[in-house]
Amino acid sequence: MIHSCSARFPLAHVVPAVVVMACLGSPAFARSDDASPEEIGLKIALEAREHGDGFGNFTARQTMVLRNRQGRESRRQLRVRVLEVPGDGDKSMFVFDEPRDVKGTAFLIHAHRDKADDQWLYLPALKRVKRISSSNRSGSFMGSEFAYEDMSAQEVERFSYRYLRDEPCGESTCTVSERVPVDKKSGYRRQLVWQDKDAFRVWKVEYYDRKDSHLKTLTLRNYRQYLDRYWQAGEMTMVNHLTGKSTVLTWTEYEFRTKINERDFTRTGLQRIR
Amino acid sequence: MPRRLVIRCARFCTAGLLISLSIGGLRAEIVRHETSGRVSLESRWHPQSAAYPGQRSHASGLVVEPEFYLEDHGGRSFNLAPFFRYDAGDPSRTHVDLREAYLLLFGGVANSEWELRLGVDRVFWGVTESRHLVNIVNQIDQVEHPYKEPKLGQPMAHLTFSGDWGTAEVFGLTYHRARTFPGRFGRLRFPFVVDNDMVSYESDAKQWHLDVAGRYSRSFGPLDLGMSVFDGTSRDPFLILDPDRSGEPAFVPIYEQIRQFGLDAQVTAGSWLFKLEAIRRTGARNRVGVEEDYSASTFGGEYTFYSVSGSAVDLTLLSEWNYDGRRQYATNIFQNDFFLAARIAFNDVQSTEILTSILRDADSTGRVLTLELNRRISDQWSLRLEAITFQGIQEVDLTYLTRRDSFVELNLIYNF
Repeated sequence: MIHSCSARFPLAHVVPAVVVMACLGSPAFARSDDASPEEIGLKIALEAREHGDGFGNFTARQTMVLRNRQGRESRRQLRVRVLEVPGDGDKSMFVFDEPRDVKGTAFLIHAHRDKADDQWLYLPALKRVKRISSSNRSGSFMGSEFAYEDMSAQEVERFSYRYLRDEPCGESTCTVSERVPVDKKSGYRRQLVWQDKDAFRVWKVEYYDRKDSHLKTLTLRNYRQYLDRYWQAGEMTMVNHLTGKSTVLTWTEYEFRTKINERDFTRTGLQRIR
Repeated sequence: MPRRLVIRCARFCTAGLLISLSIGGLRAEIVRHETSGRVSLESRWHPQSAAYPGQRSHASGLVVEPEFYLEDHGGRSFNLAPFFRYDAGDPSRTHVDLREAYLLLFGGVANSEWELRLGVDRVFWGVTESRHLVNIVNQIDQVEHPYKEPKLGQPMAHLTFSGDWGTAEVFGLTYHRARTFPGRFGRLRFPFVVDNDMVSYESDAKQWHLDVAGRYSRSFGPLDLGMSVFDGTSRDPFLILDPDRSGEPAFVPIYEQIRQFGLDAQVTAGSWLFKLEAIRRTGARNRVGVEEDYSASTFGGEYTFYSVSGSAVDLTLLSEWNYDGRRQYATNIFQNDFFLAARIAFNDVQSTEILTSILRDADSTGRVLTLELNRRISDQWSLRLEAITFQGIQEVDLTYLTRRDSFVELNLIYNF
């Protein structure tokens, strides 16, 4: 029997972070012999979403360190706000603090389960809000090894799933599942996800490109529990095996259930944010 | 006391009053304060000899744009953004402005929200790239750039209400800013300099006429729609040739009372963006000095090829058509012009970006070509290179006046 209260978003991402709920002792998901691997995989994802519900909102700070093959580093700093939207994708906003030439530049994303996300960009030098295309799935986020699609909400509907096996991971046991992006614009043919059985935290993701070569690996560390429920990785490392480049993403200053609300995630709110 | 000084003094006294009022409005406990900004070293070089006597071929300068931000416990904030430019070539380009100095308050009422900005601010309306037709709230800081339309700060009260039904904004604009123009030594100007000391207004209240503006905007799925109205002192001067105090011929700017209705719309569909801006303006004089009501529009679209042939590079192609119902009597260069552009974003660590465009006059052979390159050098420093050239300009084009003012500009920017 697998106790699955995995993530609403199986991954922690730059925008809507992974909110992983601890399994509060409930056998949320039972693997029965007659269920197909696809059914098991989907069921894990759906139950995960259900159990991840209820975080309300949170704010956090992110630091990205980009490292090239020669070891040269460059830094990005941003602040993130995420608002849970019952029944649809979350709303999120992030504001750049570094590099300084883009300071104050902000993104607003309304993620959707059944259609393309809505995205806006705020350019402080022009005081201009631009509605932008959300078709850019596979492009690099600010020169990092994270693609836009790695950072946007991993809505359940965006993948098809297949449970593969159980495997020891650290002191725990992980389920290994394969998920295939539904979106043809995705840069990936498939992803392999390692999730532990204790609290359903994601520890590793392997990304395979369209030619099915192993392109990138994401490893997650320093998990902490918030509100006695939600697990969040403190550090995520994305390594690109083709280029030798890597990006380390660190999360700090998490605050759940702050006073931010719906009205902060509008065009007016986007122009106001600092 | 020269009139310009009196005006400047009045301007700064108003600003000072606004600032002290604003800071007084913040609660004592400041929970967040930030200082940021940029310093830019610039050098502009004009390869062709000047068309008018006195004009220089090279100018270097320095721009300082600090920004201060205070926020109190209740989320109320105060923004201060002064602007300084020193230009070694043209003393008229050397100027100081208060881009922003406003107090921001906001709150909720049921499912709706209100927001109030009091003080000096800048406002952007619109969607298109080649021209910002509906964007009328702020005056253009023309000495800064010939076509990018950077804006001067505008004193205002700006109230916004928003909810599921859309966003409604009203503006009370309390003081008119005259457009800046290059001086005798500067390029990109008319044969005669514009004498802002002689500025005159149609309204008896002169620059103190209370201008009002409003905008309603709403999103319907992929469609973003905005409707706006402006009633008051035009931001575009009508220029009359008149001898200045020393008897030299000069242009005297006259600001008329106008009314403008604006419409802006964008449809975001996959990798496509479709854009439209249109205005109807009454009360302004045309190129030959006759009052003529007119309509003008800009429409077009852009398409982005993401990750071109498997690389990290994104290529965006833009095309827009500008039309002014006054045609040859239009007071700007966009009477019937096609705009084609390409933006190449390398998506590298340095965020390297190249933008190139051509504005082609459909009524003549005139073309304006631009090239711009932006690249970050380090987390603090960045570099910008820009070139503009005027080609095939005929005497009937307004661009004819600046036909010899093609330039290359290099900026080294320190961001803090």
